[in-house]
Amino acid sequence: MPQAVPLSWYLILSAVLFTLGVAGFLFRRNIITMFMSIELMLNAVNLSFIAFSYHLKQVDGHVFTFFVMVVAAAEAAVGLAIILTVFKNRGTLQVDDISSMKD
Amino acid sequence: MEHLWLIPAFPLLGFLTAGILGRRLPKAAINAVAVGSVFLSLLWSVKSLYSLWPLEMAHVERYFDWIRVADLRIGCDFAVDRLTAVMLLVVTGVGLLIHIYATGYMAHDNGYPRFFACLNLFMFFMLTLVLAANFLLMFVGWEGVGLSSYLLIGFWFLKKSATNAGNKAFIVNRIGDFGFSLAIFLVAMNFGSLDFGAVFQGLGGWPVEQSAGTLTLVGLLLLVGAAGKSAQIPLYVWLPDAMEGPTPVSALIHAATMVTAGVYMIARTAPIYLKAPMALEMVAYIGLATAFFAATIGLAQNDIKKVFAYSTVSQLGYMFLGVGVGAFSAGIFHLMTHAFFKALLFLGAGSVIHALAGEQDLRRMGGLRKKTPITFWTLVCASVSIAGVWPAAGFFSKDEILIAAYYHAPWMFWLGVVTAGMTAFYVFRAIFLAFFGEYRGDAHPHESPPSMTLPLVALAALSIGGGLISVPRWLEPMFPAPEHHSPALVVISVAAGLTGIALAFLFYVVRPGLADAAARHLGWLYRTVLNKYYVDEIYNATVVEPVVEGSRTVMWETVDVEIIDASVNGVAARARGVGQILRKLQSGYIRSYAAWVLLGAVAALIAMGFAGGAR
Repeated sequence: MPQAVPLSWYLILSAVLFTLGVAGFLFRRNIITMFMSIELMLNAVNLSFIAFSYHLKQVDGHVFTFFVMVVAAAEAAVGLAIILTVFKNRGTLQVDDISSMKD
Repeated sequence: MEHLWLIPAFPLLGFLTAGILGRRLPKAAINAVAVGSVFLSLLWSVKSLYSLWPLEMAHVERYFDWIRVADLRIGCDFAVDRLTAVMLLVVTGVGLLIHIYATGYMAHDNGYPRFFACLNLFMFFMLTLVLAANFLLMFVGWEGVGLSSYLLIGFWFLKKSATNAGNKAFIVNRIGDFGFSLAIFLVAMNFGSLDFGAVFQGLGGWPVEQSAGTLTLVGLLLLVGAAGKSAQIPLYVWLPDAMEGPTPVSALIHAATMVTAGVYMIARTAPIYLKAPMALEMVAYIGLATAFFAATIGLAQNDIKKVFAYSTVSQLGYMFLGVGVGAFSAGIFHLMTHAFFKALLFLGAGSVIHALAGEQDLRRMGGLRKKTPITFWTLVCASVSIAGVWPAAGFFSKDEILIAAYYHAPWMFWLGVVTAGMTAFYVFRAIFLAFFGEYRGDAHPHESPPSMTLPLVALAALSIGGGLISVPRWLEPMFPAPEHHSPALVVISVAAGLTGIALAFLFYVVRPGLADAAARHLGWLYRTVLNKYYVDEIYNATVVEPVVEGSRTVMWETVDVEIIDASVNGVAARARGVGQILRKLQSGYIRSYAAWVLLGAVAALIAMGFAGGAR
């Protein structure tokens, strides 16, 4: 039986993916890209949940992951609908142009 | 059970009907409701009194407990005794006549339903006041008549002077009510009950106070209340102004009934006063001073209603003098005869005013004897009565008071006699100025309709014959009074009245120029009297102005603006200031919010690290 991949590798990969998501969310201006960054963060968290679940031989992590996936699916549906509407109304997807909440 | 509650209930129903449906009802229906309700009250009073005859003891009816606190029980109770019987008949009887008169007098007024609603409301409260079997219920009626008086003085509310007069009456009465309510508290504290019967029974254990004590204080506070309602010095100033109201109101409320409530109250609480001779003495002083003082003012007034208003104040002073010298029954007797002749004087004045299309100035009247004969002759009856000429009603009651005053202190009698002379003079002055000589105005005088003249005739009959109703004998069981017979004193007081009449005849009929010459001769004295001793001005300067000025500078400009407003506005301004700073965080850029979230998360992590991690 080959040596299993150690837990820390998964966690490091998860942290890297999460940071990439955060960075993408903060630094990209296109809403679609930011949206994808959010998905990336969610999945990074999923990865760490699964890794822990496997490591601890417990099923809780799986349950959480399924919840996150359900929420992510719902969020994708609603979020994409919002993005479509925003684009229809504003004709842009540049997030800095959409700041009317300020006033 | 005689169902005494029905007596005030009829006018209350009338008030509700005329008040709520008035605008939709024809005039005839309002007449029927307003006059009918008072008529039913009168009938029910007579019926109750008839079945309670001879009413040796007070008849009390208890309906329900109104207030119950600890041991204090205040019920909604009505009672009838001989004193109440007199008041009931005077209030409903004179009230009925004045209601009938008012249907003629107010016929052309737009506020017809409102007028009769208020008048019926007054009857309700007045009857409650009279029937009440305890202090608090009496106070309810007391306040209620004050309210309806206010509503009716300001009846023509488009006239600024009328609303001002209404306010003045209400506010001055507040001072009196303040005294009355304090007296009620004191009674409740000392006797543990407000029931007249219980309190007077409890009095048995109290000694007659040789020096000032609790009962004296109660008596003086009640006197403050009575002075407010009955327009005695120093609170009389509202009554002359109250003549701004329609004349039937002046007759009913401000001459015949409401203003006598103070006298009634003192007679009702006589057992307290009998134990507090100092307070009773004070009542006599106040009464005598008011009687004299108001009579001097009455000498120089030119407005016919003002003359009678000061006459009312003066006559109320007589009643106070009567009860003050211990002749309670004489005071009540005078209350009754005064209700007759003073209501008649006012209604007659109203008839004159009606005939002259609103003219009230005596200098623009004259010669009306031929044009309005019924008004003239009825007014003469009233004047003879108020002047105390035998055998009119006023003669009997006034003599009772003056003789009682003589046996109390002779100087009071002499001052009273001088006042009686002045009374005769100013009343006949008004009569001569209005009905004799040449007509000096430019209206077309005409006699009033029968709805107005019939009450005049009825009241004239009562003014002349009312003296035969021997109120003192009727009240004997309640107020035993020593019988004084003194033909000399009677002759003196009648002579004073006749002298007054003769002088008025000389001044205003025989030598019309004489009065003006005398006025010019007396210069400043005449001007002082004409301006009512500047009492209104003095009150204005010493009480009204300081209160208004203090309210403006201290209460408004300092307390309200600089403390209350300032603190409220200050809180709002601080909140806005903090908001100004915090709103900078709300840039509207999603990415900046995300950055804040990230920073927050990092900060939380660092904090957790310092705290030793999550465990």
